[in-house]
Amino acid sequence: MKNENLYNYILGIADNSLILGQRLGELTGHGPSLETDIACTNISLDLFGQVRSYFQYAGKIAGDGRSEDDIAMLRKERDYKNVLLVEQPNTNFAYTIGRQFLFDAYHLAFLKELQKSPDLTLSAIANKCVKEVSYHERFSSDWVRRLGDGTEESREKMQEAINDLWMYTDELFHQTDADKEVVEQGIGVDVTRLKDTYYNYVGEVLEEATLVVPESKYFHKGGKNGIHTEHLGYILAELQYMQRAYPNMEW
Amino acid sequence: MHSMTTTDQHIDEILMPILETVSDPEIPVLSIMDMGVVRSAIIIDGKVKVEITPTYSGCPAMDVIGDDIKKALKDAGYDSEVDLILHPAWTTDWITPRGRKALEDYGIAAPLEAEADKDVLLHGKRIVKCTNCGSQNTRLVSQFGSTACKAQFQCEDCQEPFDYFKCLK
Repeated sequence: MKNENLYNYILGIADNSLILGQRLGELTGHGPSLETDIACTNISLDLFGQVRSYFQYAGKIAGDGRSEDDIAMLRKERDYKNVLLVEQPNTNFAYTIGRQFLFDAYHLAFLKELQKSPDLTLSAIANKCVKEVSYHERFSSDWVRRLGDGTEESREKMQEAINDLWMYTDELFHQTDADKEVVEQGIGVDVTRLKDTYYNYVGEVLEEATLVVPESKYFHKGGKNGIHTEHLGYILAELQYMQRAYPNMEW
Repeated sequence: MHSMTTTDQHIDEILMPILETVSDPEIPVLSIMDMGVVRSAIIIDGKVKVEITPTYSGCPAMDVIGDDIKKALKDAGYDSEVDLILHPAWTTDWITPRGRKALEDYGIAAPLEAEADKDVLLHGKRIVKCTNCGSQNTRLVSQFGSTACKAQFQCEDCQEPFDYFKCLK
């Protein structure tokens, strides 16, 4: 493939949205209340829509007839490049919200930079997504504050979720070799430069939520290079079932 | 990609009445022209080339809208091709005044300006007008509603629940 680095770079962005979208989709009919159920699945729908734009573009770059669906459904676990954070289970509403907020804060900062990319397709997708993700971030940060600054029980659960998910945040700012190449070409976003702003902002929200910023300095990594937690296999088993059982089926 | 840097619409006058018959499948009272999702429609060598832009990335209505446009044009004697474009990104500013009225009549409160929208969705300010009784004593129930573009509200006076079309800029 002529532009393999760009192809992999785009998959790195899209896989985060795909896997998080799938996780949120699990809440269809299972959210803690009707409103939050609808909110989580709406966010899921936005993410899937964004993924389609990215994969359509990646398919064009691959240039070998691979469709957006092929890219989404027919890769093996090791070929998914999402960060470990987004594959973490829903566990309870505090975890769902904690995972969402820790990702949204990154996602929004990332898209604001991607809007400036000289690659016109990527900047067009980013322009579109940034509006949607602003709503996601409002929703998730609002709930972090509500649960943190809520009852004793909700505060305890929110803190526990943040503590457990914290070790997956550092990976957001790692770069694969392909990422570095695309950043050097001036097309990609240098995520290492978003890190300080991210932790400052997340710290502010946690403080408003009367929560404590975890002190742990141990962080997990690997997702971006295809080394995942055990959760991803189960997610893919569900996500890919129809295409694996009935190859090339269409609605 | 056509019209990369402009927010202008390019619609052939002859096609206007045909396209106006196509409605948003989620909001049947609203024509896709009043919704502002058709960015260009031109005739090249007898074939119509249409460009539409999604309101939200994941909007499932776009596929249906594309098919409905082709059908309406076919019925009027035109072959057509419908492309989805992402740039410039759709904004609620492109909903026409007639579109806003159609929304209100249908029971969906039309989008406020960006700042007011933020006050409503984030700070619980009560300014969205109830589509049933007109009272502004309305409460945000959820920032997300029955479709990605709407939030759920309830009127504290007449108790009617209704949708609010969120500002997107």
